[in-house]
Amino acid sequence: MPQQSDGPKTPPPAPARQDGEGSQRLPLPDSSGGPRGVLLQIENLSKVFHIRQGFSSQEFHAVDKASIVIDSDKPEIFAVVGESGSGKTTLAKMVLGMEAASEGILRYKNRVINDISSKEMKTWFYREVQPVFQDPFAAFSPLKRIDGYLFETAANYKMANKKEAPRYINEVLSEVGLTLAEIAGRYPNELSGGQAQRVAIARALLTKPSLIVADEPVSMLDASLRMSIVNMFRNLKDHSEVSVIYITHDLATAFYAGDRIAVMLRGWIVEMGPTEQVLGNPLHPYTQNLKTSIPSIRSSDAWNEKIDLAVIETDEYTRTGCKFAGRCPAVMDICHDNIPPNVQHQGRSVKCFLYEDDGAPTSQKVATPALG
Amino acid sequence: MGTIIETNNLRAYYITNAYGVERTVKAVDDITLRIQEGEVYGIAGESGCGKSTLLRVLLNAYDPPLTVVGGEVVYHLDGERVNAADMTEEQQRDLRWRTISYIPQGSMHVLNPVRRIRDSFHDFISAHRDVSKAESFALTANYLRDLGLPEKVLASYPHQLSGGMRQRVTIALATILWPKLIFADEPTTALDVVVQRGVIQMLKDVQQNEGSTLVLITHDIGVHANLADRIAILYAGKLVEEAATQTILESPRHPYTRFLIESLPSLDSREERLSIPGRPPALDRPPSGCRFHERCPLAKDICKTIEPALIEIAPKHFTACHVVEEELSHASAV
Repeated sequence: MPQQSDGPKTPPPAPARQDGEGSQRLPLPDSSGGPRGVLLQIENLSKVFHIRQGFSSQEFHAVDKASIVIDSDKPEIFAVVGESGSGKTTLAKMVLGMEAASEGILRYKNRVINDISSKEMKTWFYREVQPVFQDPFAAFSPLKRIDGYLFETAANYKMANKKEAPRYINEVLSEVGLTLAEIAGRYPNELSGGQAQRVAIARALLTKPSLIVADEPVSMLDASLRMSIVNMFRNLKDHSEVSVIYITHDLATAFYAGDRIAVMLRGWIVEMGPTEQVLGNPLHPYTQNLKTSIPSIRSSDAWNEKIDLAVIETDEYTRTGCKFAGRCPAVMDICHDNIPPNVQHQGRSVKCFLYEDDGAPTSQKVATPALG
Repeated sequence: MGTIIETNNLRAYYITNAYGVERTVKAVDDITLRIQEGEVYGIAGESGCGKSTLLRVLLNAYDPPLTVVGGEVVYHLDGERVNAADMTEEQQRDLRWRTISYIPQGSMHVLNPVRRIRDSFHDFISAHRDVSKAESFALTANYLRDLGLPEKVLASYPHQLSGGMRQRVTIALATILWPKLIFADEPTTALDVVVQRGVIQMLKDVQQNEGSTLVLITHDIGVHANLADRIAILYAGKLVEEAATQTILESPRHPYTRFLIESLPSLDSREERLSIPGRPPALDRPPSGCRFHERCPLAKDICKTIEPALIEIAPKHFTACHVVEEELSHASAV
């Protein structure tokens, strides 16, 4: 079953495995001149929405020149954090091919995601890249038995034939700590939130994906169940070689699970690098603000100083200079009118005038976009 | 400082009868608590443990199928003991908003979308006090300034404000008549950390400025740690532990509380943290004995059959656990 590529540069990838039991890594085409061993390449990616008010129309960058590279050799959990309205979900939607990018490069295994034909999206892309959403009960119809989804997915992607399906599904369910017997014949409302979310993740794992995009997968869950899901992502990364883009506003679980982290603010990635460095010693004033705002359970760390909040969201999106200038404790004159550059400083990339490029090689490839 | 609200052996069940199938959900089961004047009393627990049900009964704002089947809720107002069940509609209306106020869950959605913020404030104030529009505007502007909210909020419509700002406007709305007793149900749950911090800061300001009593319900222990004076831990409709915040965080005794505190991730270490095994029980058929025994690693035979009583294990530290009780009796015997 040869696949037809719409991408101008890249040849189609080799056909996927036939039996569902083989390696889930597709060999990468290497004739394109693109970087090798790259699972997901995001470069200067933007999404522009237009807001009409009467006769005027306002441009609104939900994601503004984001650059992230995820390697395919080493699975990792890449955390994306930021407050609501920072563009996290828009970024996820673009990676999932659900929202077309306005500008920039977005490639999965060297194929431009926007150019993949709708047929190939179904047969190849969604086998490789699977989503997990916030509310597991919204993901499943209340009128359908929950195991039906698993059998359907297994059949749609020809992961197992009818006879083998129950065994295969049970195998995948065991990865998330469930058994088929536990959920067979049950409706979503008979499961707890944690169980339903596990089933949603098992459904995503059925196709043996290389990348899972999880958008706020634990924010609906209670504290006691939250850790079990986050622990599961860590296990999947280690044992099933799945990379995870973990989108959350919960810094503590991002720190706990993430290998690398990107902090987003109003469409910008303001700081990105290894989680231990970024959250251990945050450089950008916004990241520092985020870190000190985590409610600590040690009473000695209770908040003392006051913080400012944005009054009106669109004000920050349409700000000309640095989008954090209105609330930044370290604001300078230059910040109001100029967009700060992305600089490499202390092993991470940070978008702030406070720091100078120290030229130290970072542990990641970050394209430095030319900014005015 | 006396007690401002108390419950005695309160039982509130959801009783439904559909097509002859009777179902009883024991959401609040035998809860006795005393909330002191001027304190911040935190109620913590997972979803479905009865937090919000308890709050509705405390507020005296419940309808069938929720029924109080036993016990009582008593308010202490101006030195008078008032049983909530005996109050007339009119007395209740008089009490609400002026003496007792409520910040509901998801309260950023309660604002009328087609009215400016200042008009919403006027609607609420004029319902309880005889004020002109100009007076209520002045009162509102003053109050918002005190709380550090920007003036331009007043002329805005709700959709123009960010989520955190809407939430703070709602808190201002709920507290503008300086109620003595404020109930807040998950006031920060839908918010991200920075906004959450701003909202908590404001709740603290409101509570401290007037010395009001705040009853705070949230599953987020971090929020309790920063706000509450005392914390009550609810599990499956039961009060399992109650103590000063410091005590709960530093030396929790009930196995459930210990799990809850220990499973919290923090920025100090990325070491693997254990999650609580199992899932919360369904409250229409709660487990026998101690309701936590199915998930408890320390459970003994006695836990499966006999319900543990809430006992004072240290001054002002209450817990309901057979294992803790046994340890204590051993210690005192030696």
